[in-house]
Amino acid sequence: MKLIQIRNITRVYDMGEEKLYALRGVDLDIEKNEYIAIMGPSGSGKSTLMNIIGCLDTPTSGDYILNGKDVHEMDDDELATIRNKEIGFVFQTFNLLPRSDSLHNVELPLIYSGVSRAERIKRAEDALTNVGLADRMKHKPNELSGGQRQRVSVARALVNNPSLILADEPTGNLDTKTGEEIMGLFRELNEKGNTIIIVTHEEDIAKHANRIVKIRDGMIESDSGIKQ
Amino acid sequence: MNFFLEIKENIVISYKAIIAHKMRSFLATLGIVIGITAVTLMQTAIEGINRAFESSIASVGADVLYVQKFEWFGAQDFEFYRNRKDLTMQHYEYLKRNSQTAESMCPSVGSAKTVKYGSLDLEGVFIIGTTDEYQKTLGVNMEDGRFFTAKESEGGNPVCLIGTDVKNAFFENVNPIGKDIKIGSYSFRIIGVMEKQGSMLGLFSLDNRVIIPIHRFFKLYGTRRSLSINVKAGDVKNLEETKEEITSIMRKTRKVPPGKQNDFGVNQQSAFRDTYDQLTSLIKIIGLLITSLSLIVGSVGIANIMFVSVKERTKEIGIRKAIGAKRRTILMQFLVESVVICLLGGVVGLGIAFPISLIIDAFVLPTAMPLWVVVLGIFISLMFGVLSGFFPAYNAAKMDPVDSLRYE
Repeated sequence: MKLIQIRNITRVYDMGEEKLYALRGVDLDIEKNEYIAIMGPSGSGKSTLMNIIGCLDTPTSGDYILNGKDVHEMDDDELATIRNKEIGFVFQTFNLLPRSDSLHNVELPLIYSGVSRAERIKRAEDALTNVGLADRMKHKPNELSGGQRQRVSVARALVNNPSLILADEPTGNLDTKTGEEIMGLFRELNEKGNTIIIVTHEEDIAKHANRIVKIRDGMIESDSGIKQ
Repeated sequence: MNFFLEIKENIVISYKAIIAHKMRSFLATLGIVIGITAVTLMQTAIEGINRAFESSIASVGADVLYVQKFEWFGAQDFEFYRNRKDLTMQHYEYLKRNSQTAESMCPSVGSAKTVKYGSLDLEGVFIIGTTDEYQKTLGVNMEDGRFFTAKESEGGNPVCLIGTDVKNAFFENVNPIGKDIKIGSYSFRIIGVMEKQGSMLGLFSLDNRVIIPIHRFFKLYGTRRSLSINVKAGDVKNLEETKEEITSIMRKTRKVPPGKQNDFGVNQQSAFRDTYDQLTSLIKIIGLLITSLSLIVGSVGIANIMFVSVKERTKEIGIRKAIGAKRRTILMQFLVESVVICLLGGVVGLGIAFPISLIIDAFVLPTAMPLWVVVLGIFISLMFGVLSGFFPAYNAAKMDPVDSLRYE
């Protein structure tokens, strides 16, 4: 079953006099339980595509159907709900709230979906335990190593059981060994049934995925298809 | 998302943000602190003045008309009053004969004199000449002894009643009843002591007086004085009716032609009250202007800090939006933060104002901070929190998630 259907998507930035074509017509289908890497050099449009897939941005034209929901014409608040329920983000710079401990950071998506306190805490604890941070729940981000911070953000991405995990250069700020550990974590998650999209410019990282899509100049340059 | 859950979360968030910037938050709310202190102290002071006024005005009976040569708060030209004739005993007797509605009435006349007892003397004592009906008409309570009788009044006997100031000046440990005091050079026997009445608005004492029979007064000090004819209506409800009757009888005996204005004044307590209300509403308006000015300055300070806070936390806003915070949620977060800062300012302001109100109560005039002022203070800080936080919070709410995530 198709999780993502993207049809002829464009994204044009209006820079006053000039128009900047970040995406010039992209078609992309992603099945449930895929593990896909989107690759491309900087300025290729891969970040724009990721923002659209992640419902942080909307396309200028084209259709985007996520998990059966037509999202390309949703307003800000509807998109916020989709992000909350359907998507778990993992960012290069972790993007944790600096003044909150791990537990509260992981709890946050549940707060925004209105889950009761007791259940929130239980689910956040479970998510942290799953990424191997059972003993780091009360630590603030600045008391954790880079790898641990990224684990916290993976736990945050997982906690609301999203249909899609979207990781933007998840190993970009980590050393190779820690990066490998995080990629191992994604592998595990994929094997448990999660759909994972990784955006990266590193071949070594992309090869962990089962399918590689390359973007250049706002268009899909190549699509490896699903490796068996 | 549940509204109360949201508020609760936002209070925790704003608590953290305020703790992280203690000094900044404190300085931001200083204007609110000063504003709330000012508004509560002003109300406390007005409360004190009101209390003083109420206890003072009690000495001017609410159901009593004071027929006098002049109005208390006349506002006409001097020409209008210049040729007025004195009120005399003839007027009083005429009124007494003809009034159907008055419960009782008495004439009174006064003059300041020096009172002596033995070698002691007391200057500026207010000597009132009146009849035995004074007690009934103006409600004098006796601390000791009795009022003079109708017979003593008509006979102009040399008897007197003294106020507590006079008693305290002369008779520290002695019973004053039966003692003789001298008013000017004439001797009077004390037959009663009046209860303490306090002062009129803290300006002059109502206990520094001596009451003597009016005929004695005329005999010793002359009749060339205008009387006050004090008329008790019996009930405030009948006051207007009595006032009309008294006015028409007075016009008749004074031969005021129809269409001309009264050449005498019929005064009552409400005249005091009206003047007082005008005065205090002026004080209130000035106070309100000053306090709202400081609150507006305070509010600009809060808004400024909130704009800085929003700008600083652009990234945080981006993160929150990325993981599912709606516009309203972000709006509420910053609005709650601004309200919490203002409420803290308000509470600190009340905390400053309360001990000051105790000091005012103890040393300046009896008062107390009314509960509604506390509620008002809290409400005002809440309102200013929403007011000053709205635009910064709105700015935060409409931030683009992609741009704000990229912000460093």
